[in-house]
Amino acid sequence: MKMKGAQILIELLKQEGVEVVFGYPGGAVIDIYDVLFETPEIQHVLVRHEQGAAHAADGYARSTGKVGVCMATSGPGATNLVTGLATAYMDSVPVVAITGQVGTPLIGKDSFQEADITGITMPITKHNFLVTRVEDLATVVREAFYIASTGRPGPVVIDIPKDVQQKMTEFVLPEKIRIPGYKPTYRGHVKQIALAASAIMNARRPLLYVGGGVVSSGASPHLVELAEKADIPVVHTLMGKGAFPESHRLSLGMLGMHGTYWANKAVMSCDLLIAVGARFDDRVTGRIDSFAPHAEIIHIDIDPAEIGKNVKADIPIVGDARMVLAELVKRIESKTNPEWWQEIEGFRNAYRPVYKAGEGKLMPNYVIQVIYEKTHGENTILVTDVGQHQMWAAQVYRCEKPRTWISSGGLGTMGYGLPASIGAQIGNPDKRVVLVSGDGSIFMKIQELVTAVNYCLPIKIFVMNNSYLGMVRQWQGCLYKGRYSCTRLKNPDLVTLARAFGAEGLAVEREEDLESTIEKALSVKDKPVLVDCRVAEEENVLPFVPPGKSLDEMILG
Amino acid sequence: MQHIISVLVENKPRVLARVASLFARRGYNIESLAVGPTQDPAISRITLVVNGNEDILEQITKQLYKLIEVIKVGDFTNTSYVDRELALIKVNAPATVRGEVAQIAEIFRARIVDIEEKSLTVEVTGTPDKIDALEQLLRKYGIIEMTRTGRIALARGSKSL
Ligand SMILES: Cc1ncc(C[n+]2csc(CCOP(=O)(O)OP(=O)(O)O)c2C)c(N)n1
Ligand SMILES: [Mg+2]
Repeated sequence: MKMKGAQILIELLKQEGVEVVFGYPGGAVIDIYDVLFETPEIQHVLVRHEQGAAHAADGYARSTGKVGVCMATSGPGATNLVTGLATAYMDSVPVVAITGQVGTPLIGKDSFQEADITGITMPITKHNFLVTRVEDLATVVREAFYIASTGRPGPVVIDIPKDVQQKMTEFVLPEKIRIPGYKPTYRGHVKQIALAASAIMNARRPLLYVGGGVVSSGASPHLVELAEKADIPVVHTLMGKGAFPESHRLSLGMLGMHGTYWANKAVMSCDLLIAVGARFDDRVTGRIDSFAPHAEIIHIDIDPAEIGKNVKADIPIVGDARMVLAELVKRIESKTNPEWWQEIEGFRNAYRPVYKAGEGKLMPNYVIQVIYEKTHGENTILVTDVGQHQMWAAQVYRCEKPRTWISSGGLGTMGYGLPASIGAQIGNPDKRVVLVSGDGSIFMKIQELVTAVNYCLPIKIFVMNNSYLGMVRQWQGCLYKGRYSCTRLKNPDLVTLARAFGAEGLAVEREEDLESTIEKALSVKDKPVLVDCRVAEEENVLPFVPPGKSLDEMILG
Repeated sequence: MQHIISVLVENKPRVLARVASLFARRGYNIESLAVGPTQDPAISRITLVVNGNEDILEQITKQLYKLIEVIKVGDFTNTSYVDRELALIKVNAPATVRGEVAQIAEIFRARIVDIEEKSLTVEVTGTPDKIDALEQLLRKYGIIEMTRTGRIALARGSKSL
């Protein structure tokens, strides 16, 4: 059958099981939108800025495990996707972005709304395509979804010139995918796994260090099995929240710059560090040459380039975390490490974070604690923005299941939270989506509140309003002699603002009103609700490992 | 330490840009780069000369493999290989010194590929050292312009990458 390029694209999206596309139309994608007009199988969510579309697709992907799809027109539409793509790239999220491009005869001529988006996104995508012949389109779409979702996942851009969308060609379903240079390794090397097993059996102070790779590969059940069988404490990264149940007796919480005291101490004392789907980021390791100084290192990752990039691995294992852990569990015997646990108990007792009762002020970590008490459970997805509130959420809000924690880790993109919440809520209509944001971050993508209202998404938005770009202020306070340069925020009234958007707006200032306000927010069912939490202005996130310092040089308060 | 890396890539638009951008972005230094077709029209070969220790080379190799269109990466270090570079050197050569220049060229088994009243162009193939040496000798006559291809290499023996 002869079909237009735009029809072929939509046909292929259906074949890939795409149910929703987040996008924003324009001249160079109008043909695609024209086909969408008669495609009830695919829901289109109209955002208010293309960056929102990319973040929403990302939030959809992280929360569902499916590929998220976003779409934008050529030129400014495409460049608006860039931050969203970079965010997805840094956190290895499977996103396919479809961009319109000027017609092939106009490419390279600085034509109206032309931007070289494949050139621009080269370093921030797993791969990208410029489709110059309509005959290639079907194969490209197939390959794009395959590349985005396999191996180490990541964003892929398909740039489609307008004339390619309009041209007719015989539609043939692409046969088997054949990409000669792309063959991810899933199964770990048997010998290496055996070495790892004996290292675990011999270790006296083993420690599991787990990251986002555990979440994306679905390795959590095997991780729990391994940790329990060999009695190994578990520390997780920001991306690894939910990979291992945080209320589990073996969980030591998050490590790194704002990790728990005992997690960081355990890293510094362990004799075997088992890194799974984690990449030794500088926010995690602190000073790299003093990271885990006594440990032999097992590094399990699907991306060979991560192994040996930042630290040398003694036992490298390239493979899918789920498959490797499943094999590893089989090869170890049950054991216990009572002395190690005694040492860890010592760390736990040496420092207890104290919640400073607020002298009448609302303490941000206390607010998050109460949000946690009122909302936690399998049915809740917690999304954050970037800043102090993100770190407090990471410290206080315990996640028990993978894909219930959604936060921009690698890129640290302020503004990610609201659109990502939209994607998560669209992908999980029956779950409760809670966003913890900041008064800086929320304004980076506040226009998406319109989208949330338009689609009747009951997202619970809690803004930790400290009238500061708090995280930067904290650094200025601790590292720049308290010179608060340009971090003070003068904000409009958030309640009025939320209501103007058609959302519910609430505010809370006093501890005694906190529970009732949160309950009120949770009772709103048919629209988003924004709660302005007017918290103490100059609180710091602790512990704090200043950049470049070693993990045991934590500032504790 | 200097390494010669051979990269087989799919012959598709922007592949070279991807490789070059990878090197730029990760801060690896390229000494030279040569690219051309292979016996298979679907595959091109990029030969890179890079500097770095073992760890850096390992990262470069792994990062190259992450590019979807990269099929195979080989490092010729510690293997037996032949490598060649070609240069064209246009040198001042009025009648008075033409014989001298031609003689030097001959010692280097270089060929004279263009000649004009005041200049001649020499084509030389060999290792970079040899080309450097010839260039050095020709400098005193005045090099008008020159160009070098960058190194290409193949493994010795019957096996391929
Ligand atoms: C897009 C973007 N711009 C700048 C930054 C740098 N930055 C990191 S945290 C932060 C402050 C965030 O302020 P807010 O959202 O109010 O959160 P708080 O730290 O006060 O909780 C800034 C400016 C960033 N991460 N992202
Ligand atoms: Mg703030």
